[in-house]
Amino acid sequence: MSRRSDPTTRQTLGRPPAVLVVPAALAAALLVLPLVALVLDTPWSTFLDQLGSQPVREALRLTAVASGATVVACLVLGTPLAWLLARVDFRGRAVLRAAVAVPLVLPPVVAGVALVTALGRNGLVGPLLREGGITLPYTTGAVVIAHTFVSMPFYVLSVEGAMRSSGERFDVVAASLGATRWTTFRRVTLPLAMPGILAGSVLAWARSLGEFGATITFAGNYPGTTQTMPSLIYTTLQGDPALARTLSMILLLASVAILAALRNRWLTTP
Amino acid sequence: MTETRNGTRTGLDASIRVPDRLEATLQAPPGSVVAVIGPNGAGKTTLLRALAGLVEMTGHVTVDGESWTDPPRLVRERRLGFVFQDQSLFPHLTALANVAFGLQSRRTPRRAAEQVAQGWLDRFAIGHLAGRKPGELSGGQAQRVAIARALASDPQLLLLDEPFAGLDVGVATSLRIELARHLADYGGVSLLVTHDAIDALTLADRVLVVDEGRVAQSGSPQEVAARPLTEHVARLVGLNVIRDGETYRSFTPSSVTVSVHRPEGSARHQWHGPIASVAPHGDAVRLLVAADGPVPRELLADVTPGAATELGLTPGRDVWLSVKETAVQTYAADRSR
Repeated sequence: MSRRSDPTTRQTLGRPPAVLVVPAALAAALLVLPLVALVLDTPWSTFLDQLGSQPVREALRLTAVASGATVVACLVLGTPLAWLLARVDFRGRAVLRAAVAVPLVLPPVVAGVALVTALGRNGLVGPLLREGGITLPYTTGAVVIAHTFVSMPFYVLSVEGAMRSSGERFDVVAASLGATRWTTFRRVTLPLAMPGILAGSVLAWARSLGEFGATITFAGNYPGTTQTMPSLIYTTLQGDPALARTLSMILLLASVAILAALRNRWLTTP
Repeated sequence: MTETRNGTRTGLDASIRVPDRLEATLQAPPGSVVAVIGPNGAGKTTLLRALAGLVEMTGHVTVDGESWTDPPRLVRERRLGFVFQDQSLFPHLTALANVAFGLQSRRTPRRAAEQVAQGWLDRFAIGHLAGRKPGELSGGQAQRVAIARALASDPQLLLLDEPFAGLDVGVATSLRIELARHLADYGGVSLLVTHDAIDALTLADRVLVVDEGRVAQSGSPQEVAARPLTEHVARLVGLNVIRDGETYRSFTPSSVTVSVHRPEGSARHQWHGPIASVAPHGDAVRLLVAADGPVPRELLADVTPGAATELGLTPGRDVWLSVKETAVQTYAADRSR
């Protein structure tokens, strides 16, 4: 909950100076105006009809599948990685932690190129996969891999932070009570890290929802198999800007819903 | 209650070396309670952590005839109960689940474990709090849960690291009485780290004085209290102790004469220095004097409240202390233990 500044402080300290108020107002306008325009310009009368069209339904389905699969991949693979980084002292831990954080700042299109270089038909391990009968590029699997690549860091860092703050103290207590590391993880570490796991999942899901650059580079833009909502919006904008706005509105609503879910964690002023 | 699930209890035999921190040897018969006392940083907690397998050590730890160090056992493979210094209950589990945790970890089915746990909570008179989370318990209640949790899995060795620290005096007193009862029922060896002479005197059969990473003294509480070999213990039991080579001289604070002028005559035991602190002590006023001399030392002296007022005995005041030879007890350090 935001706290209002004490009225007496406002009186005794005087008016906020224009040199701060004017740029602040400009910044606020820049952030709010495009969203207001989008809301005003959305053709609400045909909103539901457009939602029902074939390409839109396919893109929506694909986005839901990809972001859902991404969250599952984060939970199954990211949680153990976070635990490893938080609890096990091994050579190269600092390097690995830094490497995990790189996708956070990497331009998504670069992430896509990197994925092609590794998993593409002529990539580092791509031919190996092909021998095993797996072809990744331009499949839904590639979409999920691209999404997981860009989303996992959010999840891992959030969960690692939660595991660190709940501390190794309880691991020692659990060991003194005869618990194996697996039991300790299951019964102590995981429940105590739950807020971080929830927050990390929501962050990863949100990142996956908006993923565009890495996906279109690595997986392409094929309706039905790799065309997610952001790719469809990009394509639609060339020919049917009104539809593009409708589709954007859907993602905006989803984002606002995420924000509402996270409100209590990050929007609370200290 | 000397039979365990794994055989007969024979007690603890340990010789522990933690580089730069601790070197200690101790034996304790089954059912005994060893109080570990000493100044901060002396190595008391290190001793417990070494026994538990939480710090690297050399030497050996043998409990009930089983070696815990050859081959080395992991913490979880040592059947011990550890009551940690900071309250270490699992915050997301109820009191009942906390106490049942150890049994469940050792493969007791949940329902059976909870039954045993409920029994332990009842014994500590907190059975009605079984469903509460640690955050909803008072300090004394939480500490009871922690002790019950340590005892519930029938440990071979019970380690208590300042179990009364941070509790109100009244709560600590009643918990001390309860703990004495449970320790009397417990068939294994208990080690109790404490800062309080009362704990050592009321709960322990033996006292282990640790100072600068070594065992400075060990014996019955009465012996250690009557003939302390370290300043720290002397201060804990309220005695003045002066070391002269291997000879120790002790005298009580009430046998000390305080004067504001240099006393007449040539008393052998005479010191001079400023008063460091003044505090009520029973019916008397206890002074702590920072005596100068070749070896600066702090000495305790008790005076009547009347004398304290009359002589203007306030912190910073220079005084002379003397004690009659007849009031001084002389003894030698008994290194044989």
